[in-house]
Amino acid sequence: MSAITLKSLRKTYSNDVVALKGIDLTVERGDFFALLGPNGAGKSTIIGIISSLVNKDSGTVEICGINCDENFSEAKTKLGVVNQEFNFSQFESVIDIIVTQAGYYGIDFKTATARAEKHLKRLALWDKRNDQARMLSGGQKRRIMIIKALIHEPDLLILDEPTAGVDIELRRSLWDFLLEINNEGTTIILTTHYLEEAENLCRNIAIIDNGEIIKNTTMNSLLKQMDDQDFVIETSEKLPTNFSLKNFKTEVIDENKFSLTLSKDSYMNDLFNDREISHLKIKNIRNQTNRLEELFIKLTTKDE
Amino acid sequence: MNNLQALRTLAYANVRRILRIWIQTILPPAITTALYFLIFGSLIGSRIGNMPGYEGFSYIEFMVPGLIMLSVITNSYANVASAFFGTKFQKSIEEIIVSPMPAWVILIGFLTGGIARGAIVGIVVVLTSLFFVEISINNYFLTCFSIIITSLLFSLLGLMNGIYARNFDDVSIVPTFVLTPLIYLGGIFYSINILSPEWQIVSQLNPILYIVNFFRYAMLGQSEIEPMFGFSLIVLFTIIFSGISYYLILKGTGIKE
Repeated sequence: MSAITLKSLRKTYSNDVVALKGIDLTVERGDFFALLGPNGAGKSTIIGIISSLVNKDSGTVEICGINCDENFSEAKTKLGVVNQEFNFSQFESVIDIIVTQAGYYGIDFKTATARAEKHLKRLALWDKRNDQARMLSGGQKRRIMIIKALIHEPDLLILDEPTAGVDIELRRSLWDFLLEINNEGTTIILTTHYLEEAENLCRNIAIIDNGEIIKNTTMNSLLKQMDDQDFVIETSEKLPTNFSLKNFKTEVIDENKFSLTLSKDSYMNDLFNDREISHLKIKNIRNQTNRLEELFIKLTTKDE
Repeated sequence: MNNLQALRTLAYANVRRILRIWIQTILPPAITTALYFLIFGSLIGSRIGNMPGYEGFSYIEFMVPGLIMLSVITNSYANVASAFFGTKFQKSIEEIIVSPMPAWVILIGFLTGGIARGAIVGIVVVLTSLFFVEISINNYFLTCFSIIITSLLFSLLGLMNGIYARNFDDVSIVPTFVLTPLIYLGGIFYSINILSPEWQIVSQLNPILYIVNFFRYAMLGQSEIEPMFGFSLIVLFTIIFSGISYYLILKGTGIKE
């Protein structure tokens, strides 16, 4: 059964901006799914419609097989949403925010408190439970958002840029946490501007642009579509004058560094077999750009 | 989904907010009322004498029901208008919209806050008035009922204000420029019997007059207007505004895009 099914979803805002032009999308249960697109592409509108913050013009939304128009209340118990902006009272204590959120889902105080304790400890916020939310850092507030969305143990979790503005260390720990809950069975849909995040976490991906899904495939097959990849190679010795490699497009960056383009049909082995490079000691090889980022730019700017 | 638990949570959150900021919500009416009693009741009131139609009651006794209603109306209205707009402003309304709570739970949850504040403030004003005058209540049931239904009516109006408000100015415009003049001209400080016939007709267009008079009847047993007319008016408008508010929340007016 699918975690979410969107059929012919359309939305035009009152200022005549057409946000969605008939979106069809299915995300299977247990998936870790990336929904990517440039700003204004329609990602937040899709999330808004799923979470009922935005009224759709037409189309249907099914959450875990439940039609939202027919059984709104049951469908929503299956869904947890982490919005981009902090949407809790900054003047309440952390524990009150979470227990109140649980209450909105009909969860009694005792159960809510026990779950809140479990999640707060898991996300290292237990010591802050009695602090007012406004006293917390951005990263701590972001974790409250995630706990809030998980407090009713939803089958589907939607995260709208959950790691925006958080430091690298916290981002990595949130990735681990999200992978953990995904492994426990929660379906996750993620929108993010950090394409590295999507590449590392997600198994399937949809790219939306101008209110239409322009790509919906697995992460692996999408990355396989890449024609070229650029690498930067650093050597211990100085590069010879007029350095170039026979089978690769190269460009010297400085006396110890050059860039190399690896086409879809070539292999790294060919690089090391090249006579020009075999006598050089290679210190470092790194991918010049994020692979998904390159593809993303290519896909979303092809018509311009 | 346990809707009653959800309702309890939302109602408790709204009441907790009132108690958390009691310096803004409960203390000011107590101080304002004490000043009214001191100045208009004790100092000036003794020179005013009885109001026509209220023989047997001192001016301060005449004023008590009006001042209670003044506090109940303004506080229940302000509470729901600011609480609802506050949740929109802080975006915490999203927590509520995303949840499976049906519209009627959201409606009653917010209204509970307004009724609670109206009732708490009503009690505070009664207690304050006891320092200045001995209160005799004609009908306890009608008095309590009147406070609750008036709080409910103005909570509904406050909710509609909160729903349509786009900024803080929108929340204060109606109470400042509409509600306050209507309340002050609604027979709190005077009986319309002292007005000229033309102004009596104008005053009778003011709905607050009927609310104040119904409450005054409940407390004192006397009214310059048929109390059942006032009662019917309150009940009728409460039903109408309940329906409108429910529809607005159901449609997500002012909340959803």
